[in-house]
Amino acid sequence: MFSAMLGEAWHAMGANRLRTFLTMLGMVIGVGAVVLMMAIGQGAEASVKRSISAMGSNLFVVLSGPPRVAGVRSATGNAPSLNVKDADAIAELNDVAGVAPVTMGKAQIVYASNNWNTDIIGTTPSYFDVRSWSVTAGYAFSDSDVRSATRVALVGKTVVQNVFGDDVDPVGQTIRINQRPFVVLGVLATKGQTLDGRDQDDTIIVPLTTAQRKLFGNQLPGSVRQIIVQASSDKVMGMVEEAMNGLLNQRHNIREGTDSDFSVRNLTAIANSAAETARTMSLLLGAIASVSLLVGGIGIMNIMLVSVTERTREIGIRMAIGARERDILLQFLLEAVMISIVGCLIGIVIGVGGAILVNFLTQAEIIVSTDSMLIAFSVAATIGIFFGFYPARKAAKLNPIEALRYQ
Amino acid sequence: MTQKSVIEVSHLYKAYQTAAGPFPVLKDVNLRINQGEYVAIMGPSGSGKSTFMNILGCLDMPTSGTYVLDGHAVAGMEANAVAGVRNQTIGFVFQGFNLLARSSLLDNVALPLVYSRIEKAERHARAKVLLEKVGLGRHLHSHPNQISGGQQQRVAIARALVNNPRLILADEPTGNLDSVTSEEIMALFGQLNKEGITIVLVTHEHDIADHAKRQVRFLDGEIVQDTLSAAVPVDGVAQ
Repeated sequence: MFSAMLGEAWHAMGANRLRTFLTMLGMVIGVGAVVLMMAIGQGAEASVKRSISAMGSNLFVVLSGPPRVAGVRSATGNAPSLNVKDADAIAELNDVAGVAPVTMGKAQIVYASNNWNTDIIGTTPSYFDVRSWSVTAGYAFSDSDVRSATRVALVGKTVVQNVFGDDVDPVGQTIRINQRPFVVLGVLATKGQTLDGRDQDDTIIVPLTTAQRKLFGNQLPGSVRQIIVQASSDKVMGMVEEAMNGLLNQRHNIREGTDSDFSVRNLTAIANSAAETARTMSLLLGAIASVSLLVGGIGIMNIMLVSVTERTREIGIRMAIGARERDILLQFLLEAVMISIVGCLIGIVIGVGGAILVNFLTQAEIIVSTDSMLIAFSVAATIGIFFGFYPARKAAKLNPIEALRYQ
Repeated sequence: MTQKSVIEVSHLYKAYQTAAGPFPVLKDVNLRINQGEYVAIMGPSGSGKSTFMNILGCLDMPTSGTYVLDGHAVAGMEANAVAGVRNQTIGFVFQGFNLLARSSLLDNVALPLVYSRIEKAERHARAKVLLEKVGLGRHLHSHPNQISGGQQQRVAIARALVNNPRLILADEPTGNLDSVTSEEIMALFGQLNKEGITIVLVTHEHDIADHAKRQVRFLDGEIVQDTLSAAVPVDGVAQ
């Protein structure tokens, strides 16, 4: 029974190919748009999420400054108001999982005949935990390297590519940073870009003390540019922030009502808002695309109404030879659902193809998830049933005598 | 009269609602048709014969009165049951053949069996047997527009027979056919009646009506004449 009806629905679709195709086109475009938009939106979301997890989770950065010289405030991070002792004190606070004091600058590096200018980060081994950054080849430096300010370095992928090329294993090689020889201990894992597109792999990490004393000397002893702090969970971030402000105000003798000589930034909150933006964008794109699905559904309803009118006599014949109301209802409903489902399948193919094309043309990340296809598919089936129901019911409720007389 | 009746209508009344109030089309119609009869229903346009046929075919319901078909009272049946009666008990033959243009002859004949929930293999087997019986065994997969009007009507008759109905209702079955073809179709009806199928046909042509064993004439919503053909004596006549 059902298979016979499926066959008939298939034949009915084939009876007027151009019309069926045009009706289907609405669904094809709608589903294609939804799949494509979701692929782009989810891709954007995923790349933001990856940037966030690359950054490390539940992070604060404490910046020194802004310094005030005769009432003029200059940029944060410029004055050496933070030092290693501040970092040690923060580490003693409750719910602080890790603390990494950082000092940084630019330096010219040379290996053999190659040279390169890159960011130098001077820090302690806890930096690798806090930033969830690992070493792929060789090994990281240790606390004893920090204590004795050894000239060792960890190099990022971009640096490796530009300085060593593909043929040389950088581990164990000696490079010159600002003329001074450093032994490469290891290669940093690929980190990708930050949210604002900066290449994090274009970096060399050295022990904090080495950076302070041997690369960017001439600073107050022990001073650092920033301190990266990791809270133990996202629930305690507010408390940790408050405790840090209190502690540093106290340590720096900042009286209430005066400007601090440091600032605390919640990196995770900034990143989360970026993720939220991406998610909203993805939803918005999907919602706009869904409108075309709705329009496609209305197109199906329109053509089904025409079809019911055209086939009034056929409906009368079927009723005369024993079709029940629900047989007629099911027949027209099946036709509507079949149009929308076939349209949906074509739409998925086109949507995926479009996503691949977008990826090819713009290099933007796209994610074609089975979820988005399943959603598009079930929405299309629902639309077929919803917009097919009224015409099908109209057919089923026809008076058989009038239907038979219809010319 | 011991014979089993296929159709038994009594005090049948049918009125259509018009702006000027109810307009009666059938007024107190009483008729009994026994199994194996071959009845022609005649009458001018507007005499109520078409409405009567529609009621006999369970396509329409009387305003009042009773209609017992094959032992079951039709008035008051719910819609699905009525559809079942149309499917199982009655075979329709129409003036305009009313085949589905997009379907093959085989599928056309098998269509009632789809609504009887019968499996595809059996549907096709039964349809094939009947198409062979009406002489179209070589056109199983042709479409209605590829064969002549007379052949189309044969297909329609095969379709009417496919569920082994008790009753065949034919509404002007030769109205669209030339006289030679008409004779062939009427011969087919005669043969079916000999096999025991009850046939009721509506016509306004006397020479067609003469093929039937009994003629019932309508005028202004009433039966004004009910006679047996002299040539064909039958037993079991109502009234």
